[in-house]
Amino acid sequence: MIFAFFLGMCSFLAVSKNVNTAIGLGAAVIFVLGITVPINWLLINGLLKEGALAWISPSFAEVDLTFLAFIMFIATIASMTQLVEMVVEKFSPALYSSLGIFLPLIAVNCSILGGSLFMQERDYTLAEATVFGLGSGVGWLIAIVALAAIRMKIRYSDVPKPLRGLGITFILTGLMGLAFMSFLGIQL
Amino acid sequence: MKFLKDRILGWRPQFQKGGKYGRFHTVFDGFSTFLFTPDTVTTQGSHIRGGMDLKRTMFFVILAMLPAFIFGMFNVGHQHYLSVGEFTAVGEGILEKFLFGALKVLPIVVVAYGVGLGIEFFIASRKGHSINEGYLVSGLLIPLVMPPDIPLWMVGLASAFAVIFAKEVFGGTGMNVLNVALTARVFLFFAYPTFMSGDMVWIADKPDTYSGATALANSIKGNPGFCTTDMFLGFIPGSIGETSKLAILIGAAFLIFTGIGSASVMISVLIGAGIMGLIFNAIALNDFMRLPFLNHYLMGGLMFGAVFMATDPVTAAQTERGKWIYGLLIGMMAVMIRVFNPAYPEGIMLAILFGNVMAPLIDHFVVQSNIKKRLARA
Repeated sequence: MIFAFFLGMCSFLAVSKNVNTAIGLGAAVIFVLGITVPINWLLINGLLKEGALAWISPSFAEVDLTFLAFIMFIATIASMTQLVEMVVEKFSPALYSSLGIFLPLIAVNCSILGGSLFMQERDYTLAEATVFGLGSGVGWLIAIVALAAIRMKIRYSDVPKPLRGLGITFILTGLMGLAFMSFLGIQL
Repeated sequence: MKFLKDRILGWRPQFQKGGKYGRFHTVFDGFSTFLFTPDTVTTQGSHIRGGMDLKRTMFFVILAMLPAFIFGMFNVGHQHYLSVGEFTAVGEGILEKFLFGALKVLPIVVVAYGVGLGIEFFIASRKGHSINEGYLVSGLLIPLVMPPDIPLWMVGLASAFAVIFAKEVFGGTGMNVLNVALTARVFLFFAYPTFMSGDMVWIADKPDTYSGATALANSIKGNPGFCTTDMFLGFIPGSIGETSKLAILIGAAFLIFTGIGSASVMISVLIGAGIMGLIFNAIALNDFMRLPFLNHYLMGGLMFGAVFMATDPVTAAQTERGKWIYGLLIGMMAVMIRVFNPAYPEGIMLAILFGNVMAPLIDHFVVQSNIKKRLARA
């Protein structure tokens, strides 16, 4: 997700200073993606799609509510993020404080909304949607953890002054994108 | 010799701070220490003397690459004459083949060195630090992983991209995250795919009627199309330096013997590739998977990558256990990409870059587990 479409960059760049925090956020993203994508699938196919409401009464068969998809997606994601936030705060206060604002910001993480939108656009089945959600989450975790490890290593490098911090991280992201190109176009 | 040395070192005052060419003092230092032993000595405190400085290390790596390089030049010529139907036996026309190959390969080397070293010198004099020797190796590796028909400006462009974005932005030699030579190749691979893959580019000045497919490209149909001896000795089309496994093995032995290349990385890459090959043999869903796994060693750049690219001490994992994990990861990824991804026949390139990206993470976990073990023991 991150290297193919460059979605979810904000927290990718911001929380990748330390491996352990990165793992925490990555796990949170996996959880949220893995739950919201199938839930949104159910919402779409059970409520919003044309003819999906026919089970209430046949007169609703014409109703097409897909224009509500965005709002529904965001509502699901926001509520799931709230849930994750509460769980993390309860069980790991240290992680909660180190993630800071970026934990609630998962709600507006583009890769999560992107996951749901891709799911809608590509007409996945429920099983495919679940796997897609979990898979993109795992990919995001691997990416952010690898980036965090590299950033911990280049802390000792003599990076030119104007590039310190975010600049070098953007370049790194691009180079990592090259390295991850191997996964594009795999045919099973 | 004495005369030369006095003469050249006599210019030094002009290159020192405040001298006529003060800005270029790094360039001067770089050249004079390249030619002569530096005459600066430590004045106080204890220090350790080792015979291996960076310059000598790099020079040993270049020596190790020479067999592959020289054979590469010969093979470029050999493949060309084979395609036009002259001197078809290996032993015939050795001199012509060699000359033809040299005419093709040497300009690539000159361009790669010229562009890369130019940028390096420029940055060194801007930043005022001494010139690093790291590029001596990258500059020879870049030509070795290029197809012989590559346009020269592409070599220059790729070298510039690799030196600036893979190395200098991170602070120069020893700080890069990705292997410089591989970055150059992967840049060209994605920017100009028609010049870096397919059947047309692997033989210099080849007539259109002659099939120039590499062993890897043939393998999708389930048969490399070349006999095992040829693949081992290297009389097959391919990138300049990668074809002869024998020459690469000589280089590998030299690297391990001098203690420069890490044997654990080389061996674990090969083991990883073997494991993955065996797994695919067991699954055997398509022709490529059924290909006996030993063929993977003989085709493409797997050997070259394992010996010269994966062992790069800067970008590989630093810890001993990390090196094994890193190598296994690369080997398995390489064969997986080869088999699963028909768009990218050469898996080792992307696999090593992937390994480079993952290496700091592997190190991190190895170090963490060591710390935990020590704590448990205490």
